[in-house]
Amino acid sequence: MTDIQNPSGEKRKHDEPFAERETNYIDLLGRFAPVIFLLVLIVIFYALNPRFLSQRNIFNVLRQVSITGLLAIGMTFVILTAGIDLSVGSLLAFSGIVAAGVAKGTRTNTLSLGTTEESGYGVLAAILAAITIGMLGGLVQGAATTKFKIPPFVVTLGGLSAFRGATLLFSNGGPISGFNDAFTEWGQGEIGPVPIPVIIFLGFAVVAHIVLRYTQYGRHVYAVGGNPEAARLSGLNVGLITTSVYVIQGFFAGLGGFVLAARLNSAEAVAGTGFELTVIASVVIGGTSLFGGEGSVLGTVIGSLLIGVLINGLVLNNVNPYVQQVSIGIVIVIAVAFDTFVKSRRSI
Amino acid sequence: MSSDLILNMRNISKSFPGVQALDRVSLEVGRGEVHGLLGENGAGKSTLMKILSGAYRPDSGSIEYNGQLIHIASPHQAQQHGIVTIYQEFNLVPSLTIAENVFMGREPGPWRFIDWTAMKRQTRELTERIGIDIDPMTIVRNLTVAEQQMVEIAKALSMDSRLIIMDEPTSALSSQEVEQLFQIIRDLKAQGLSIIFITHRLEEVLEICDRITVLRDGQNVGSRSVEDVTVNDIISMMVGRSADELFHREETRYEQNEVVLRVTGLSRTGTAQDPNATVLEDISFEVYRGEILGIAGLVGAGRTELARVIFGADAFSSGTIEIDNKPVRIKSPRDAIRHGIGLVPEDRKQQALFLALAVRENLSIAVLGRMLNWHLFVRQNEELDLVDEYRRALDIRMSSPEQKVINLSGGNQQKVVIARWLAMQPKVLMVDEPTRGIDVAAKAEVHGLLDELARNGIGVVMISSELPEILAMSDRIITMREGRLTGVVAREEATEELLMELMTLRVDTMTGP
Repeated sequence: MTDIQNPSGEKRKHDEPFAERETNYIDLLGRFAPVIFLLVLIVIFYALNPRFLSQRNIFNVLRQVSITGLLAIGMTFVILTAGIDLSVGSLLAFSGIVAAGVAKGTRTNTLSLGTTEESGYGVLAAILAAITIGMLGGLVQGAATTKFKIPPFVVTLGGLSAFRGATLLFSNGGPISGFNDAFTEWGQGEIGPVPIPVIIFLGFAVVAHIVLRYTQYGRHVYAVGGNPEAARLSGLNVGLITTSVYVIQGFFAGLGGFVLAARLNSAEAVAGTGFELTVIASVVIGGTSLFGGEGSVLGTVIGSLLIGVLINGLVLNNVNPYVQQVSIGIVIVIAVAFDTFVKSRRSI
Repeated sequence: MSSDLILNMRNISKSFPGVQALDRVSLEVGRGEVHGLLGENGAGKSTLMKILSGAYRPDSGSIEYNGQLIHIASPHQAQQHGIVTIYQEFNLVPSLTIAENVFMGREPGPWRFIDWTAMKRQTRELTERIGIDIDPMTIVRNLTVAEQQMVEIAKALSMDSRLIIMDEPTSALSSQEVEQLFQIIRDLKAQGLSIIFITHRLEEVLEICDRITVLRDGQNVGSRSVEDVTVNDIISMMVGRSADELFHREETRYEQNEVVLRVTGLSRTGTAQDPNATVLEDISFEVYRGEILGIAGLVGAGRTELARVIFGADAFSSGTIEIDNKPVRIKSPRDAIRHGIGLVPEDRKQQALFLALAVRENLSIAVLGRMLNWHLFVRQNEELDLVDEYRRALDIRMSSPEQKVINLSGGNQQKVVIARWLAMQPKVLMVDEPTRGIDVAAKAEVHGLLDELARNGIGVVMISSELPEILAMSDRIITMREGRLTGVVAREEATEELLMELMTLRVDTMTGP
């Protein structure tokens, strides 16, 4: 596409909102493919079983995706810089178990399920602890990738193992469970008909969207991911920005760990095992490029919903649970293949 | 002579969109001859050699090889004919052994199994043939640049090559290594091989070549026997490129007493391949407020490296940089920008643009800090005003500020990069090959723009490989060769011949700048 001659610049104050609509249809299809796919799935599952679109089931799906969805918001920042974070599930578990320990004031399971532990430090301290642990974990990993030039894949693969081990060490392998209502409310409560985890998830999605679209920091994240060398030569602090996305990811891992513990009324040492795959899948299905610089939180929300709807729909129709895993795998590959196809067509 | 030609390229033409790269170029190379192929940057040497090695197909013309008309459709076919190119960037796998590299894809042995004994023996035979003694099982990564080059030559010999093209083979070698390479070339010549030798170093041409062919603006200027020419003859054949359609600057009045940038004794040692290589050596110069300082030099002279070091993109080993007569510490591009130094880099797609982002985002990326609400949110209307301002000032043609930069023409992309820097209001703006890959009309616009910047008091440093551009635009010109400054020439005294001499001659053979 060549640029359009514009001899009379005066008439064009600012932009012409319709100029960009000339984009070819493949580009448009590429941009809206996840939405279209999501709608198609919803229609199919609704046709198979009208219960699928009942209010209760809708909130079911949302509640199911809220934890991995939170992580996926953080992962969007990471992947936008062409990075990856495999440690999210482990970091979530570590943050969760620390939060539980802080809430109960003990590292061992008292087996007194449902009782209020008076020796604890309260729910706010627990939240703070979870988020602090998460962000510190992210900071260590981010600094390792930028300062020592270790690929993030390797650093966070190490984190995947190390944080899981730390979790097991912390609680000696067992769960820490049985919290007071102020704690569990964060995972089990509702405001009106809407589960609180869903509100947290969607609320932070909106915040993240605003950060990425409308702040200087967000613009820098896209720039660093799109072309790190150009970003450096434009005076951006590439190392700091790259490190920061892992801290953001850590924040969401911490928050997710706390919410999950609250929802289950138990912080499990094995919580979040394998989450990294679902989380990365949500981001990638949502159209964020693994090569960095392109994508959005909106896409990630769609991607999370898509996976949630797929699993829920299959469960609702009594499909063999093992088939779910297979179908998610296929969807990931199709989504990336489609994305690659669209990009190769666009560059012609 | 003509009865014993190994290669006879006739009337080769090749055009790319907007450029006639080669216009009926002929090249004759004799058997057992070392043939120098010369010309300025962009004269068409690479294109011609890429046609010969099968990377490009000519639009017209014929290639006769060993007395037979041949068509070279791919690099593989060229190799089958025995035409092998050794590029500046070697085609070796660093993690494998010499033997594996030499016989890559042609490993001896039954059923695709490798007969290591045979491969080692054959590799040793080849290295002995070029007179080096080296273990075939050495990992290529551990070799010096010169040794890697010998592996490339051994590889060429293993393909039974009759014609080896060497693209700037001496540019990364020490003088001792050059001597060793020349010995190998003489041996190969004695064995009846022919060599096309591409270089910028004219004294080497006289030392090693039998005949030379000079290209200029995609045309053959002539072929000569080396005995019949002097360095000055070659220079006058190389220069004199067509200069029409260039921007012509009027007489300029820069302030001689206002030094905006002063560089003293700048040196840089070490490259990715060779930690001891000298990249820049003891470079000192000044840039005055409101002047355009041209930096001329051939590829590899260190011009880009100099700009990158001043800009903090690469580190320097010693030397000082002063802005407005005050020494400044520059350890990163951020430092340079803070002190008012800008760089429009050589490769805009790799080093400057965010291709997937909009024009607006590309333009404002470095100055967002001054258009924030609550230190956080970008004031969108101010950003659009900025785009609008520079769209008018630089006549950037786009469908909207939201158009992705990847969809702009090269000239407009370059304007976006320049606009980004202008928005930062630099004191010194270094532009590296500002008109590379953009069409003639856009070139003149960029030239006009640089002129205007100088008039507005910015010190402009312009690196260019095109001498006519350097001559038309610069108030003063410094020349570089092999990481050293070889001359400072005022606008009135500058001629293409003088510059070419300063750019091509070995420093120690010259009588001071």
